Amino acid sequence: MATKAFQKIYTKITQITKATCSLKATGIGNEELAEVNGRLAQVVKIIGDEVTLQIFGGTEGIPTNAEVTFLGKSPTLKVGEQLAGRFFNAYGDPIDGGPQIEGEEREIGGPSVNPVRRKQPSELIATGIAGIDLNNTLVSGQKIPFFADPDQPFNQVMAMVALRAKADKIILGGMGLTNDDYLFYRQVFDNAGALDRIISFVNTTENPPVERLLVPDMALTAAEYFAVDKNESVLVLLTDMTLYADALSIVSNRMDQIPSKDSMPGSLYSDLAKIYEKAVQFPSGGSITIIAVTTLSGGDITHSIPDNTGYITEGQLFLRRDTDISKVIVDPFRSLSRLKQLVIGIKTREDHPQVMNALIRLFADAANAKTKMENGFDLSEYDQRTLTFAKEYSRNLLAIDVNISIDEMLDRGWSLLAKNFKKEEVGIRQALVDKYWPKSN
Amino acid sequence: MSTKGKVKGIIANLVIVEADGPVSQNEICYLETMGTKLMAEIIKVIGANAYVQVFESTRGLKIGDVVEFTGHMLEVVLGPGILSRNYDGLQNDLDKMEGVFLKRGDYTYPLDVDKLWDFTPLAIPGDEVVAGSWLAQVPENGQPHKIMVPFVLNGKYTVKSIVGKGQYNINEQIAVLIDHDGNELPLTMIQKWPVKKAIKAYREKPRPFRLLETGVRIIDTINPIVEGGTGFIPGPFGTGKTVLQHAISKQAEADIVVIAACGERANEVVEIFTEFPELEDPHTGRKLMERTVIIANTSNMPVASREASVYTAMTISEYYRSMGLKVLMMADSTSRWAQALREMSNRLEELPGQDAFPMDLSAIIANFYSRAGYVFLNNGKTGSVTFIGTVSPAGGNLKEPVTESTKKAARCFYALQQSRADSKRYPAINPIDSYSKYLEYPEFEEYIEKRIGSKWIPMVNEAKTILQRGMEVSEQIDILGDDGVPIDYHLKLWKSEIIDFVILQQDAFDKIDMLTPLERQQYMLEKVMEICNLDFTFDTFTEISGYFKRIINNLRQMNYSDFESEKFVGYENELKNIIKEREVA
Ligand SMILES: Nc1ncnc2c1ncn2[C@@H]1O[C@H](COP(=O)(O)OP(=O)(O)OP(=O)(O)O)[C@@H](O)[C@H]1O
Ligand SMILES: [Mg+2]
Repeated sequence: MATKAFQKIYTKITQITKATCSLKATGIGNEELAEVNGRLAQVVKIIGDEVTLQIFGGTEGIPTNAEVTFLGKSPTLKVGEQLAGRFFNAYGDPIDGGPQIEGEEREIGGPSVNPVRRKQPSELIATGIAGIDLNNTLVSGQKIPFFADPDQPFNQVMAMVALRAKADKIILGGMGLTNDDYLFYRQVFDNAGALDRIISFVNTTENPPVERLLVPDMALTAAEYFAVDKNESVLVLLTDMTLYADALSIVSNRMDQIPSKDSMPGSLYSDLAKIYEKAVQFPSGGSITIIAVTTLSGGDITHSIPDNTGYITEGQLFLRRDTDISKVIVDPFRSLSRLKQLVIGIKTREDHPQVMNALIRLFADAANAKTKMENGFDLSEYDQRTLTFAKEYSRNLLAIDVNISIDEMLDRGWSLLAKNFKKEEVGIRQALVDKYWPKSN
Repeated sequence: MSTKGKVKGIIANLVIVEADGPVSQNEICYLETMGTKLMAEIIKVIGANAYVQVFESTRGLKIGDVVEFTGHMLEVVLGPGILSRNYDGLQNDLDKMEGVFLKRGDYTYPLDVDKLWDFTPLAIPGDEVVAGSWLAQVPENGQPHKIMVPFVLNGKYTVKSIVGKGQYNINEQIAVLIDHDGNELPLTMIQKWPVKKAIKAYREKPRPFRLLETGVRIIDTINPIVEGGTGFIPGPFGTGKTVLQHAISKQAEADIVVIAACGERANEVVEIFTEFPELEDPHTGRKLMERTVIIANTSNMPVASREASVYTAMTISEYYRSMGLKVLMMADSTSRWAQALREMSNRLEELPGQDAFPMDLSAIIANFYSRAGYVFLNNGKTGSVTFIGTVSPAGGNLKEPVTESTKKAARCFYALQQSRADSKRYPAINPIDSYSKYLEYPEFEEYIEKRIGSKWIPMVNEAKTILQRGMEVSEQIDILGDDGVPIDYHLKLWKSEIIDFVILQQDAFDKIDMLTPLERQQYMLEKVMEICNLDFTFDTFTEISGYFKRIINNLRQMNYSDFESEKFVGYENELKNIIKEREVA
């Protein structure tokens, strides 16, 4: 491996595209880092002695005689306890005016956990939000995105969830964050007195988009340090993964790859999976939980980015405005936490699964009734009751401003059922009805 | 001397190697970089250049790195001790790897070389044998594991000698065969086979006809699959493909279950690792893990070995079929396998087909599904590989290449429907669009008549008709409104709802409801159809829904109770009373 002292400087670039440049060089390793006139770049292709570099900061203004040096390593992050409380850019350099980190240098985007060395997730993460805890319970070691249109308050909800989650460390990976949102996160964490357990890697809209590609790997390398070396529970927030995927497509399209659906690279699924699968529960107690944001356009989840994400993550949390109550709710139909089975009725009260399902089923009946009403049909007495129920359910449980314990959520659920329905209409196992159905007073 | 080569080009995990001698398509080679050997497979040859797909990350690989060709294709090792193991896509034993993280170039042997097996010879000196003939057996997790004449052998051989009853490890010589030129061939308990070729050591592959009970009502009752049959489960994300596959792998009446977790979530495999050693096989009472083999090549593991993983799983399945066993293979998800093919084909700059998939995708899929089947072995015994794959269509749209190609190849179609999943009508299989072609087989009809009577198929068809009508009525009500249709329509709708709620819907997480043996399925369908065939009179449609909900509630409570238990009978009696209230004599 080349050492600094003998570093060779190349000055003859043979080809430049929007994101890449090529030159003749030998002895270069695949995925090795380079500097092109001071800009960081990475080897993406080598054919014979022709090496193609992807320049993270873009190629604007790069001359054919630019100075190119190879660094003999792939991208790395220095890890250590000192990471806590610090803000970095996509390259892992401090942007908070503080000193460089001293610590072990680790390659980012490292190997995967052997599946047989994983532990089954089983720790419930309580957020107080019933749309999450009751219907879509989160578990540590899970990976789950918010699906939301850009105008939904996903950053606020995510910050709230992060702070209530009781994680040892919270790592924010910001990709294409607006400066305002970046400052928002800083402020919320600061106000909560949580800054010392937060680590941020931020690429804002002011930075070149290709740089974003480094952010998730940086954040997750830091996460692995705390989860593996320190056995901590780490919560990683990635926002916005749609902008990450856009950066992927910029690069792959410039490398002349054949785009598949929605001009995304054919490898989008594998690329996203590599990131999300870093979520893990280790047997030693450490864990990495990933909560991400995938912004949608016009609620369209069939677009390649949310679609591939949905196939990878363990559910999704779908935010939408409920016009009946004028509040943002966690949509119970389109949201799902696939790991909830591991905790509901086990770590929570026995009636949790059935109450949850009954409430959602009746909410679906209400949706049907609403369609009927909108189409100008008469509503049955049952339809009327479902509509009353739906409003109360939405206001008292689904709205994101609800903040109560899971037992309270279940109690609220039972009282909504009892208030609006007969026992045989709720389809809950008899033994549970006998035990929990509120006694009329 | 074996062929060597040097790295000439690197594009992600596609590497161009200049070879100094002959190489063959699909040959395996090892690329040596920084002291580690990376396994790769030749996928194209132009002149002296071999294009290889590397089964690992190529980070740090350099031009000029040395390559060694092995002279053979990607193979698996077949022998006793495969059951209960967790392999990656290349049959490395995951449990033997050290450390929490997978290390590049860490290849582990798939079997236990020290274990002694209780060997009982089945052949005697002088026996004439061919590839696949049973020479001996050793017990493996309660199954008689047959030691067979290697599948790679052609023609007839004679057993010269075979060791006696006793304990041997897999590498000890256990028999000697001679060919008709008198050449001796010593054998151990293991053999190797290239995964991309089908094992054809059988006499005949007739049309399959025996029901493979899965315990899932919407499959067994409505659209059954058979031993040696093929089926696929397409569905948008989150509609229940994996839950359904896991349910089938837990409950199905199979001797061996091979699960290929192909490019899906690691936590889902962990669920199997955690649960299967604890859960019991409902048919034998042994631990589920004992009959299971897991090929785990999850989405974050190398893409090229994801492609290999389904072949590895199929080869292991065929191996156990050759022992006369009933094997069930599951792959979740075959779309990820197809995507692996797509990534490579794009890097090779092949002319892309629809959605940038390779042009020959259909042929590849058809060829894979054709490896399943019910066979008569050369000794007259039977064995089967039943294959069920999931498909993850992009955007949930079934008009995409992987779904369409699979539809041509598989005989059962279990389409998961978003709207059913949204309303928690699990398993969300659309009962109208889905089908089982086996229902059209006279062989199957004859079999099922013997098994549960001649009234069964007509009764199932009647149930399907009611479901179809129910759907039509519900569409009409959506357009015309509840009172825009005759009262009788509501009755039709609610009769179909009974079938939906009681037969189709099944809670995969309820200890009792999750598994319904065939006789219980028969009992419940008869019960439900009896009600559907009754006449009721009502004055208003609201009365109908209220009344039928009570019926449904009772029948569901029956589903949640132990079959024929006191509770079960209690609900049944209550149901009789409800019926009496309204029935028109
Ligand atoms: N039979 C069932 N009973 C109860 N719940 C179910 C059933 N089937 C599916 N579900 C629910 O749906 C969720 C998603 O199911 P599953 O993971 O099988 O989806 P999938 O189709 O495999 O999705 P993907 O394509 O993303 O892998 C489960 O976590 C569970 O909550
Ligand atoms: Mg799945």
